[in-house]
Amino acid sequence: MLSQEALARIDREIAKYPPGKKQSAVMAALRIAQEEHGWLSQEIISFVAEYLEMPPVAVYEVATFYNMFDLKPVGRYKITVCTNLPCALSGGEHAADHLKERLGIGFGETTSDGLFTLKEGECMGACGDAPVILVNNRRMFCRMTRERLDSLLESLRAESEEKGRR
Amino acid sequence: MTTLRLGQMILKDCGEKSWRLADYEARGGYQALRRVLQEQWPPERIVEEVKASALRGRGGAGFPTGLKWSFMPRQFPGEKYVVCNSDEGEPGTFKDRDILRYNPHSVIEGMTLAAYAMGASRGYNYIHGEIYEVYERFEEAIAEARAAGYLGENILGSGFSFELYAHLGYGAYICGEETALLESIEGKKGQPRFKPPFPASYGLYGRPTTINNTETFASIPFLLTMGGEAFHRLGKPNNGGMKIFSVSGHVNRPGNYELPLGTPFAKLLELAGGVRGGRRLKAVIPGGSSTPVLPAAVMMECTLDYDSLAKAGSMLGSGAVIVMDETTCMVRALERLSYFYYEESCGQCTPCREGTGWLYRVVHRIERGEGRSEDLDLLQRVTTQIMGRTICALGEAASLPVQSFINHFRDEFLHHIEKKCCLVPREVQRAGSEIAVEA
Ligand SMILES: Cc1cc2nc3c(=O)[nH]c(=O)nc-3n(C[C@H](O)[C@H](O)[C@H](O)COP(=O)(O)O)c2cc1C
Ligand code: SF4
Ligand code: FES
Repeated sequence: MLSQEALARIDREIAKYPPGKKQSAVMAALRIAQEEHGWLSQEIISFVAEYLEMPPVAVYEVATFYNMFDLKPVGRYKITVCTNLPCALSGGEHAADHLKERLGIGFGETTSDGLFTLKEGECMGACGDAPVILVNNRRMFCRMTRERLDSLLESLRAESEEKGRR
Repeated sequence: MTTLRLGQMILKDCGEKSWRLADYEARGGYQALRRVLQEQWPPERIVEEVKASALRGRGGAGFPTGLKWSFMPRQFPGEKYVVCNSDEGEPGTFKDRDILRYNPHSVIEGMTLAAYAMGASRGYNYIHGEIYEVYERFEEAIAEARAAGYLGENILGSGFSFELYAHLGYGAYICGEETALLESIEGKKGQPRFKPPFPASYGLYGRPTTINNTETFASIPFLLTMGGEAFHRLGKPNNGGMKIFSVSGHVNRPGNYELPLGTPFAKLLELAGGVRGGRRLKAVIPGGSSTPVLPAAVMMECTLDYDSLAKAGSMLGSGAVIVMDETTCMVRALERLSYFYYEESCGQCTPCREGTGWLYRVVHRIERGEGRSEDLDLLQRVTTQIMGRTICALGEAASLPVQSFINHFRDEFLHHIEKKCCLVPREVQRAGSEIAVEA
């Protein structure tokens, strides 16, 4: 279900906690699984549960509690825009509007080519860098003007084509 | 381009290219730890220095750190923990991110000293999920420290051992609450625990645990190097030391400014380049979104410290200063915050779960011009039904903005209700909140 590399990463996370406290690695295991599969299906959740010797329902509870987990498929690039007040005062909503217009989708939607999903985010702890966006939960982009948003979309499209060719 | 604008202690002389161990050592890093271990300080001496420094928790509540540390039962047999709260998610706050990415070793050294003082042998740093790249860097810094003998077994040959690990959050504001954070490390939903028992007696995995904010831990090496008294004198009585202020919103130079506690707000505003576009200051939320908003005139008279802001009816909180100018609609600003608390309530107490929903829905309908004349009283009533009746302080965090916004900007709320529109025209609001990135 998960690659050897992913399992090795999960094992490294488990090793951070005292013996018998494997459950502490559940957030990391779900994150690593999501990074590999794009989203968390029931099967993946059950697999993680078995791997960490936890009841599936306990893993499911964790997966639903934390906002950065996706329990439904998302586009290849999930773009989360912070619209909380400090960002909103400095263009957060303008940036979100620009992305909506360029992608032709609203929050919580995915483009028809399956490339982009747009999400509204809460404070990312980077308010002095507004507008702030996060790509696939990992890469943060700061001070996003409309031009920089456009070139980011461009480069993500190019990156995706590149991957497609390989 | 960075958000680090002025560093005078923790953030001094560090940055994107100088966060590594060698840079930290060149700045005098790990000297405090070396000295404590070489001179075999009695652990109580560290706690006494911290008490003398008047260092208060930088995570929001401002609890005296030395006093908190003295609650740890250091003689208690078995595992004890120190935990660092880097789950920085309070809207407006972005200082811990700069500490972690530009001076991660100050946090590692601070946690190690704390572990020595409290007899802990293991620590975790819980890092906000959205700053994944910072988490990766912190892991690298841990590896550097371990390789150099500052972490792990028998640190610097002293016989003292301490292991430190990073734990990544994944998008839940409530995990910033210390007991929710512990639940989260245990691999559960991040729902706050009833207190008492406090973490010092029943913390991580049920063991004695001390939790402090990133900036609190990062202050410790500096505090011990200069001495508690000297640290105290940097600030003002009862408000010791330097504090990092995260300035966001309508200013020309948003960013982090590390200043002595007691610095006038007017000075900070000036450092931050003043209000954007030369517009008029309307209001400031001085300590993160959970703290009461203050009108410009009141704020301009305040100094930035726990006591002055408390006297003005607000709080220093996390030191996140959110600046709003005359183009801001206060109803809309509150609506966004109320939505946030409603979304982030963990749902385990009825007054918070239901109350935050009410607050959001009522503010929302006022904003849309569908408010009723009795709505302001209704909002007031809902806040009093939440406050003091919940497991954690998120109930207060959601209520204080509502009370303070209405209290100080009642006319704007009434205008929305009576005239069914905003006092500040929509186009003016839009223009005022344009993307404003420095060249
Ligand atoms: C809803 C809520 C969110 C919080 N978020 C944070 C946070 O992001 N970072 C933090 O250090 N403290 C946060 N706190 C405060 C912690 O519970 C705790 O008081 C703090 O970490 C203690 O460290 P200190 O004494 O060094 O400030 C939060 C509290 C509440 C009620
Ligand atoms: S006050 Fe709200 S966030 Fe805190 S425990 Fe209760 S329901 Fe959860
Ligand atoms: S409000 Fe957007 S990062 Fe804090």
